[in-house]
Amino acid sequence: MRGSLVQVLTVLAAIVGLWYLAVAPMNIRVALDLAERSGAQVVPATAAERQARPAWQLMLANPGLIAQAYRLDRPRLPTPDQVGRELWKTTGRMALRGRAWSKRSLIYHGWVTLRSTFWGFLLGTAAGILIAVAIVYSRVADMSLMPWAIISQTVPIVALAPMIIVVSAQLGIQGRALPKAIISAYLCYFPVLVGMVKGLRSPAPSQLDLLRTYDATGLQSFFKLRVPASIPYLFTSLKVGIAAALVGTIVGELPTGAISGLGARILIGDQFGTPLAIWAALAAAAILAGGLVTVLDIAQRLTLRRMGMA
Amino acid sequence: MGSAPAISARNLDLVFQTRDGPVHALSDISLDIHRGEFVSFIGPSGCGKTTFLRVVADLEQPTGGSVTVNGVSPAEARRARAYGYVFQAAGLYPWRSIAGNVRLPLEIMGYSRAEQAERVARVLELVELTGFEKKFPWQLSGGMQQRASIARALAFDADILLMDEPFGALDEIVRDRLNEELLRLWEKTGKTIGFVTHSIPEAVYLSTRIVVMSPRPGRVTDVIDSPLPRERPLEIRDSPEFLKVAHRVREGLRAGHSYD
Repeated sequence: MRGSLVQVLTVLAAIVGLWYLAVAPMNIRVALDLAERSGAQVVPATAAERQARPAWQLMLANPGLIAQAYRLDRPRLPTPDQVGRELWKTTGRMALRGRAWSKRSLIYHGWVTLRSTFWGFLLGTAAGILIAVAIVYSRVADMSLMPWAIISQTVPIVALAPMIIVVSAQLGIQGRALPKAIISAYLCYFPVLVGMVKGLRSPAPSQLDLLRTYDATGLQSFFKLRVPASIPYLFTSLKVGIAAALVGTIVGELPTGAISGLGARILIGDQFGTPLAIWAALAAAAILAGGLVTVLDIAQRLTLRRMGMA
Repeated sequence: MGSAPAISARNLDLVFQTRDGPVHALSDISLDIHRGEFVSFIGPSGCGKTTFLRVVADLEQPTGGSVTVNGVSPAEARRARAYGYVFQAAGLYPWRSIAGNVRLPLEIMGYSRAEQAERVARVLELVELTGFEKKFPWQLSGGMQQRASIARALAFDADILLMDEPFGALDEIVRDRLNEELLRLWEKTGKTIGFVTHSIPEAVYLSTRIVVMSPRPGRVTDVIDSPLPRERPLEIRDSPEFLKVAHRVREGLRAGHSYD
């Protein structure tokens, strides 16, 4: 556990380091444009001339102005500390001031996304498990459903999401909750399906033969053998599934009209040209995903330990 | 032994249809196993010894001839839970404790909770695993796991025990010990045992009768009634009678291999 924490932190440090390194070349043009406007000496002197030069040449020519690239209000790529400050401003600081449920707070938007993710996850997991049971028990289902399940994942969700929203509006469904849950479930069910098919099929033939010698009923062999045997597979799929459900929810919040949720924040940040808001929403989504996967990971450890399998 | 045989096969035939063509797994097997007998099936792989056991257990369907178990068809005998089956792999459920594993057939067969507990305690004592009830399979050695799987087969009231190379994956020292225990268990319970093995000493040491089989097609080449007494200390394996029987088994196996 401690060893893996060190590894995680090492990778995190490497990512943050690369991120800081990337900020200068990404932002140098904007920084030089601003410097030029405020009367500073910039080489080359005009934006048009600079356009022809690669970023690293501009950095070499203006070493004194590189620091400006780390202090922009509307950077192309904000620094990790800028994102962190923006995140704090829209979460912790607002909560401290009693405005956690304000429409500008990422806690509020994160909650909206979390709620939809939860319903999508529930729906997707249930669908995945049910289809897996059908596939394991019926050869017809195996041959007819499995190819469609695979094809369903080749359709880009961004193409499908607006359609689902439009259709559900046509059907008179109020609000976004249901279509968002469906989009989320659409991404979530597949890993659960694949994992559960594998898990339910994991008992060895001799295990099934043994139950046959007891003249066990189908239900008995399902609940006493197949289900417990599939639990480790289930948790592994659930961890992939919940992350997919979160992505699905955010995609469901992107199409025009959504006003709440992390996806809507990303879209609004884009439309209003506030990159920091986009990045803060992205960071919030990442933290949310990490938290959800961690919760499932702990549940997995506890369950498997209880079952004597860990 | 005047009563009807526990297992009776007449002109049993089984042909598997495989991609490489038909495989004659059993050919014209006729054999009676009487109540309380300990019958071993020995032969090289592919001789049909396991297949025969599986036909008796209604896990394979013969393509010709007939077989009865306790006077009825294997399917009826299976539904009546007439036999316990022990596989080569102990096949314990990793998520169940030892007691939980032994309890499995009892749960399936609908025994009351009190009866389950009583039976689990009794058969675990029989295989000398008292005290290991709460352990999980991975905490036990291979030999102990196989003993637990035997206990599982003894937990319900089947009077026939079918064992498919139960000690095949264990080392010789453990195997000797389990052989001794199995004989004691057989003595105590009076079960009819069908035992598949590819070890000559094991077959001779355990059995009242040894069925020697050979492959392509799977058939019986010799049936040897053991002259050894029922009381068998391990040292009996050095006695002239034992060596004589072992020799005859070896001869029978060699005869079946005349083509190579």
